[in-house]
Amino acid sequence: MNDVLPAHTPLESIEAVDKGLGEAGYIASRQISTAIFLAHHLQKPILVEGPAGVGKTELAKSVATWMKLPLIRMQCYEGLDESKALYEWKYGKQLLYTQILKDKINSVIGEADNLAVALNKLHDFGDVFFSHQFLEPRPLLRALEQPGGAVLLIDEIDKSDQEFEAFLLEILSDYQVTIPELGTIGATVPPIVLLTSNSTRDLGDALKRRCLHLHIGFPDEKLEARIIASRVPGIDGRLLKQLVSFVQQLRALDLKKVPSVSETIDWARVMVLLHASVLEVDLVRDTLNVLLKFEADVEAASKQIAGLTHKARQDAGVPA
Amino acid sequence: MSGFVAGVPSSSEPLRRFFQVARGAGLRVSAAEGIDAARAVDVVGFEDRTLLKDTLGLILAKTPEEKELYDEAFELYFKRDEFAGGGAADDDEDHADGGMPQRGAQAAGDGMGGSGGQSLGSLLEGDDRAALAAEMEKAAREAGVENIRYFTQKNLYARRILDRMGLRGLERDMEAMRQTGAPENIGRAQVLEGKVEQLRDAVRDFVERSLLLYAKGETEKFREELLKSTRLSNVERRDLDRMRILVRQMAKKLAARYAKTRRRRLRGQLDTRRTLRRNMGWGGIPFITVWKQKRIEKPRVMVLCDVSGSVAAMSGFLLMFLYALNEALSDIRSYAFAGSLIEVSEILEKEPVEQAISKIMSTIGYGSSNYGNSFADFEDGWMQFVNNKTTVIILGDGRGNRTDPRTDVVGRLSQRCKRIIWLNPEYRSAWGTGDSDMYRYAPFCNLVTVCNTLRHLERVITDVLEDAA
Repeated sequence: MNDVLPAHTPLESIEAVDKGLGEAGYIASRQISTAIFLAHHLQKPILVEGPAGVGKTELAKSVATWMKLPLIRMQCYEGLDESKALYEWKYGKQLLYTQILKDKINSVIGEADNLAVALNKLHDFGDVFFSHQFLEPRPLLRALEQPGGAVLLIDEIDKSDQEFEAFLLEILSDYQVTIPELGTIGATVPPIVLLTSNSTRDLGDALKRRCLHLHIGFPDEKLEARIIASRVPGIDGRLLKQLVSFVQQLRALDLKKVPSVSETIDWARVMVLLHASVLEVDLVRDTLNVLLKFEADVEAASKQIAGLTHKARQDAGVPA
Repeated sequence: MSGFVAGVPSSSEPLRRFFQVARGAGLRVSAAEGIDAARAVDVVGFEDRTLLKDTLGLILAKTPEEKELYDEAFELYFKRDEFAGGGAADDDEDHADGGMPQRGAQAAGDGMGGSGGQSLGSLLEGDDRAALAAEMEKAAREAGVENIRYFTQKNLYARRILDRMGLRGLERDMEAMRQTGAPENIGRAQVLEGKVEQLRDAVRDFVERSLLLYAKGETEKFREELLKSTRLSNVERRDLDRMRILVRQMAKKLAARYAKTRRRRLRGQLDTRRTLRRNMGWGGIPFITVWKQKRIEKPRVMVLCDVSGSVAAMSGFLLMFLYALNEALSDIRSYAFAGSLIEVSEILEKEPVEQAISKIMSTIGYGSSNYGNSFADFEDGWMQFVNNKTTVIILGDGRGNRTDPRTDVVGRLSQRCKRIIWLNPEYRSAWGTGDSDMYRYAPFCNLVTVCNTLRHLERVITDVLEDAA
């Protein structure tokens, strides 16, 4: 199965994946790199689970940038069905063409003696109106048809209905879809498929079985610092250390929604904009709503800001 | 079980055993996943252990909980592999302080010329730990130690392993040595006896570790199954924690299934808009019809729990279950009664169920129950909140200590609400005996059922969620 890989594949080793993703601006943990490496070599989709904002969607984007493949994204939602996910007929075009071609039809079947002959003649045209040129490909079909392969991101699969999950199985295991009017369409180059889920509901076993299961949690202090440094280039090293230490402490608190990596990045950007170089209690208090998204959380955390800031400054070696 | 890896390269033997370990730990490793794992290992190889761990984890463990189980199983299994190597390292120092005239003993052993037991005898006398460990592993494999499931099988497997290592032959030889009466032979037999004893310990230890390795999940599962069908009033204190976890698991499963708004098709009502759209491909000629759908509402539940004496344990579990289900219910109000009735929703919402329940119990519980009085309290205070969407669950044994049962209140309640479900922890044969008014209440209830184990509870609650429309 491995001999149909695209020629330009840079996926010869896990280190290469690590480096490539890094160049695309995504600092991957070892597990993430292994998953991408295996997904490619085993030709299996990856199911990425984890809390919101740890970079599940970003991973797909970075893989696409790095491998210079088009990213095709399908956002799932309740009620998503195959006409929006797979294909639809361009019925407007069909109607228009039948109107335009009305006169031609007369010339084709005009000389027919009876109905049977006319019908036969029409048959010769086959399913001209249900051919590829009247097909409107939706994300899934588009991903399969990309000549050089693609990165297909099926975002928030847990938001879709269970029926839709079952519908995905054919694509995920064989990289092909069946369109009744046209037959089975297989992928020219199997796309790299990433599915993301926030675990709002348990996914079916059949789906899970077909995927590699990657769980991305919150990164540890070192990794998070590297991520921030790569995303917010202008940031001062000491400030970075304080930010990360503060956020890591915040995550240990009992909050409704703990800040994610994306929130840390936002916060770091805010700090850079405000030309801050040291974490000050007042500054933290004023910008806390960047990190915390619930009023109750802000309240709970603001009581402890002083302590957390102090600890963060100590960790970074800033004199009090 | 060994058939499925056909066509997979030779690396599969240790993998196959690891799958068995993983299954023992409670992971579901299907045949297809086994093949995928073998293919993945072909790509990454066995050399780098963290890489191997990451790789297999991606394929075998599908939830955060499974990841934890997997990590544990992986460490346990591959640590065990190293044990054999570690034994060899210890070997040298043992030689040093062993204090045994080894060379001589070995030579004598060779001279014995016995069968079967001889090799074991010389191994023991030679004190060659690495070889012994290897021999033990081999014998264990032949004895099929990976099939061990229950701790009662420990002796059985230990015996089998010892037999396969040739202990019987050795014992016969030792007996023969003693028979000769020569002092040097008797001495040798004695030394050997000590060694055999050590071997027994080692084997027993080994079997114990195997049990842990292969059967941990299995034994847990067995206990859990048992607990699910134990009468809740009989659950022992030490099992309570496990019961709580079980309840939470069951509730989580149900909540996952019913937490989303569901829809039911209304046959006979065409959804014109969606039908047209669906059939655009055929120029709007409706080959495929789409029917209107109706939302299935989440159930509104009112629970009336008897918290007196014998029913108390059951009430605790019912409340625990319902509050764990919170997200699958649109509204839940709970009332506790013994002699009289109070609303306890607030206590239950504020505090974790376990604490709330003990608080409730201490407020009104453990008295003798008066059903009539309690129902009258309910009518006075809360009947007005009951509407035709409310499911009323009453949990109690219906024994009102010969007070007026006030079936008229229950009658009015049954007219207002959608349905009444009465759960009775007593067996059917006890209903209506003594002061039980169960059969007087029964006509007003949509469902009266025995409910005294977790399994009953799960079934009833599934019913409630299922028929919510």
